[in-house]
Amino acid sequence: MAQFVKKDDDRDEEAEYSPFLGIEKGAVLQDARVFNDPQLDSRRCSQVITKLLYLLNQGETFTKVEATEVFFAVTKLFQSKDIGLRRMVYLIIKELSPSSDEVIIVTSSLMKDMNSKTDVYRANAIRVLCRITDGTLLTQIERYLKQAIVDKNPVVASAALVSGIHLLQTNPEIVKRWSNEVQEAVQSRAALVQFHALALLHQIRQNDRLAVSKLVTSLTRGTVRSPLAQCLLIRYASQVIRESSMNNQSGDRPFYDYLEGCLRHKAEMVIFEAARAITELNGVTSRELTPAITVLQLFLSSSKPVLRFAAVRTLNKVAMTHPMAVTNCNIDMESLISDQNRSIATLAITSLLKTGNESGVDRLMKQITNFMSDIADEFKIVVVDAIRSLCLKFPLKYRSLMNFLSNILREEGGFEYKKAIVDSIVILIRDIPDAKESGLLHLCEFIEDCEFTYLSTQILHFLGVEGPKTSDPSKYIRYIYNRVILENATVRASAVSTLAKFGAMVDSLKPRIFILLRRCLYDNDDEVRDRATLYLNTLGGDGSVVETEKDVKDFLFGSLDIPLVNLETSLKNYEPTEEHFDISSVPKEVKSQPLAEKKSAGKKPTALGAPPAAPTSTVDAYEKLLSSIPEFSTFGQLFKSSAPVELTEAETEYAVNVVKHIFDKHVVFQYNCTNTIPEQLLENVVVVVDASEAEEFAEVATKPLKALPYDTPGQTFVAFEKPEGVPAVGRFSNVLKFIVKEVDPSTGEAEEDGVEDEYQLEDSEIVAADYMLKVGVSNFRNAWESLGPDFERIDEYGLGPRESLSEAVNAVVNLLGMQPCEGTEVVAANSRSHSCLLSGVYIGNVKVLVRLSFGVDSSKEVAMKLAVRSEDESVSDAIHEIVAN
Amino acid sequence: MHVLLNIYHSDACPTIKNVLLLDSGGRRVAVKYYTDEWPTNGAKLAFERSVFIKTQKTNARTEAEIVMFENNVVVYKFIQDLHFFVTGGDYENELALAAVLQGLSDAVTLLLRGNVDQREALENLNMMFLCLDEIIDAGMILETDGNMIAGKVATHNMDDGAPLSEQTISQALATAREHLTRSLLR
Repeated sequence: MAQFVKKDDDRDEEAEYSPFLGIEKGAVLQDARVFNDPQLDSRRCSQVITKLLYLLNQGETFTKVEATEVFFAVTKLFQSKDIGLRRMVYLIIKELSPSSDEVIIVTSSLMKDMNSKTDVYRANAIRVLCRITDGTLLTQIERYLKQAIVDKNPVVASAALVSGIHLLQTNPEIVKRWSNEVQEAVQSRAALVQFHALALLHQIRQNDRLAVSKLVTSLTRGTVRSPLAQCLLIRYASQVIRESSMNNQSGDRPFYDYLEGCLRHKAEMVIFEAARAITELNGVTSRELTPAITVLQLFLSSSKPVLRFAAVRTLNKVAMTHPMAVTNCNIDMESLISDQNRSIATLAITSLLKTGNESGVDRLMKQITNFMSDIADEFKIVVVDAIRSLCLKFPLKYRSLMNFLSNILREEGGFEYKKAIVDSIVILIRDIPDAKESGLLHLCEFIEDCEFTYLSTQILHFLGVEGPKTSDPSKYIRYIYNRVILENATVRASAVSTLAKFGAMVDSLKPRIFILLRRCLYDNDDEVRDRATLYLNTLGGDGSVVETEKDVKDFLFGSLDIPLVNLETSLKNYEPTEEHFDISSVPKEVKSQPLAEKKSAGKKPTALGAPPAAPTSTVDAYEKLLSSIPEFSTFGQLFKSSAPVELTEAETEYAVNVVKHIFDKHVVFQYNCTNTIPEQLLENVVVVVDASEAEEFAEVATKPLKALPYDTPGQTFVAFEKPEGVPAVGRFSNVLKFIVKEVDPSTGEAEEDGVEDEYQLEDSEIVAADYMLKVGVSNFRNAWESLGPDFERIDEYGLGPRESLSEAVNAVVNLLGMQPCEGTEVVAANSRSHSCLLSGVYIGNVKVLVRLSFGVDSSKEVAMKLAVRSEDESVSDAIHEIVAN
Repeated sequence: MHVLLNIYHSDACPTIKNVLLLDSGGRRVAVKYYTDEWPTNGAKLAFERSVFIKTQKTNARTEAEIVMFENNVVVYKFIQDLHFFVTGGDYENELALAAVLQGLSDAVTLLLRGNVDQREALENLNMMFLCLDEIIDAGMILETDGNMIAGKVATHNMDDGAPLSEQTISQALATAREHLTRSLLR
């Protein structure tokens, strides 16, 4: 190593020797005059061209005039017979990329070279000419190019083929005429000629499925000489497999044997390409996966970092979909945690976190702790995200994972990294009740020494929501009040609000909180003082303002059931007059965002963003939306809202999806409509529902959508009554009816008269799973024991022949619509039996737990034992009915 | 402008986005870009800077190393004070990129007769440019065998009276090996 350091020290001195030191564009352009000498000095000319290329390569640009001058001078050099100089001429012509009127000047010289006896001239002249040529010239030289493709010199053939690949983008009709020659070149004995010919032939035929399939069939049987060509063939074979899988469900996959054979190829490049192709097959089975995983596992212990990286990156992807298939590699992965290459180490860790089992968590965390200190923040964030998912998978392990998170929270790190950790802790607190107290204390400790105002305020808000509900709220007060003493104004104001929340929620703490709040009245910041005053007065600190308790709490801490956007617009429009601003005048209806905005906002929800629970926020939004509609306000508590189900094909005139809202006695269909035609305005949009195949449902209300302009989604609703508490199912056919008005695209104004029209939508369905909420439990065994065997119902079912065990498990889980617990939805590769634990809440708020045991025999017949425990006998029976039907 | 190959999906041919030859201070010796992803010289320099900083502390001398950033896979290798980089897209077969890198470094080693350093490379810059030109054509891999690449570049200089013409390629290779062994023993 020492010698290199020394070299660095000597750099200044050494730079003196650079042949290009002090080079100047003007001077070089002057030098280029030697190109015009009657007696050419080829060595000198070469040097000048090198200097020109050097300038261009360093990012220097030539003006149009300069470039033209150089180009014309260069064309003179075709007189020289010197091969080296000619090569430099070819290079500089490509770099100068002359305009079409300039090209004409060199065309004849290049065409002469194309037919030269010297192979080097032929190959290079083809590449230059094809690079600078346009369509008209191409027809003139087409004949030579076709000859060149089958030239016996491989360099010439490759040059013509590669040029063909580029020309296919601009002049496809010409290149397509070369099929026969290209076909011949595919059979070439020269390795790279075959590679280039295969690439070109595939591109010529890529829109003709049958031809591609034939090409792959014949080549997989023949000889493919270069590893690169073999990689191409693997890609094309996977393409054929992908396209044929739709109509070939049964039987063996075509070309799988070929892919598997490539795993024994002598070139690592080919082995890897084949292994990766197998892991990416649609619906790959564990039997198909095994040989690919085996070779990738071998690569993990290779001495070459590139090979280790390629393997671990691929296995990491497999771990997301088939975690059990990758567990065999865990020992090799663990040794990669200490890999010199940090990208490899991070990929190994995140794979391990995805595939690890519950018992290995503690050991894994120990290894990661050492690793965390010496990687960059971007890698750390990846690890934190993986740990969060692991903790949600194994809630029992929350203690060691939470400890890990709090430890890294104390160490150095940037904002994004810290935010990722805090977000993770918040999510764990929310989803794992047992983790709440320790998690909150970790957060409290963190804000004692937190340099990020944003994180401090968010944590304080979260403490205000969660803290009062804990067993001993008083222990958090110290941490919060410390903020009032020690922090900047923003954090202080936030802490005051949090204190007030504790005061309002916990009566026993009230007197002490008021003492603290009164101290805040002397703060030197307006906002802090204002907040303290407001809280003291409204919460009855001095008894001056007396309102009923509930109203005050709603006013101070209740969620504002008005969309903030609407409030903002109303406030902007408000002109200060005698009349006060009336908050009840703000419209409550949610104005849908324009489509584009929605897309950009489609990132994953952050935990701290909207208080307090991000995943439930869509439910909250639905609840708000529905309660704002008078017709539906009497339906009571919303039980469940389904995910949107598309009722139209993608890219049709009108895009409609439906969200099913389930109430105790009612079902509301919310149709989200988007008009994708700029020239149309739709009015009075309704969905007419035919419920003749849903006998237990009776339509009670419809809420039409007044207007649906282009690209602004809107909603229309239809409500049904159903027997109370009964999980009625049925099928509904839907027709979208509306009045369509033409819109002048230039002015955006709609015509006055419209025409009635309708549009057929797909059917919607209410199924049993709609009455089930996915609610996990942290410890299934405890929950199962505590429910007791009183209302246990056990029965056995035959599920018939199935594609695989995991497919059968997924089918049952989806049918029931319940939450798989403890990662049991994942079926181990090659296993013949499997147990799956599910939990959920059934309509009527009845807790349900399910134990599924599956077994599969050699003919793929799957049998299932279903054990249900719930708080209600009839519900246990209902679950069995769902499966039995 | 000439047409660039811009299909980067899984069915496409392996494609190279750029090949960089930098010195130990991260300065350009010779570079070649094959996509419009870095449209200006500023964007190119910024990419070179970040790839150089990201890799400079690693030991990519005995085996080629690899790093992933900005949705690109970069394989690289250092010989003396020269840093070689080959960049491909996110989906590219890492080993195909490594094969290109190997071809490049082998060819340069042969062409510089084992004296692979920044000064020697600059003094034979014409050969470096020709070498890049023989490996990649507008993103398509032309050749990955270092001997073949060096052979193609060197034949062009036969008549030039360049010193290399006195040696055959195998002699050059032998000298190169000798140099390498010597530098390893030091």
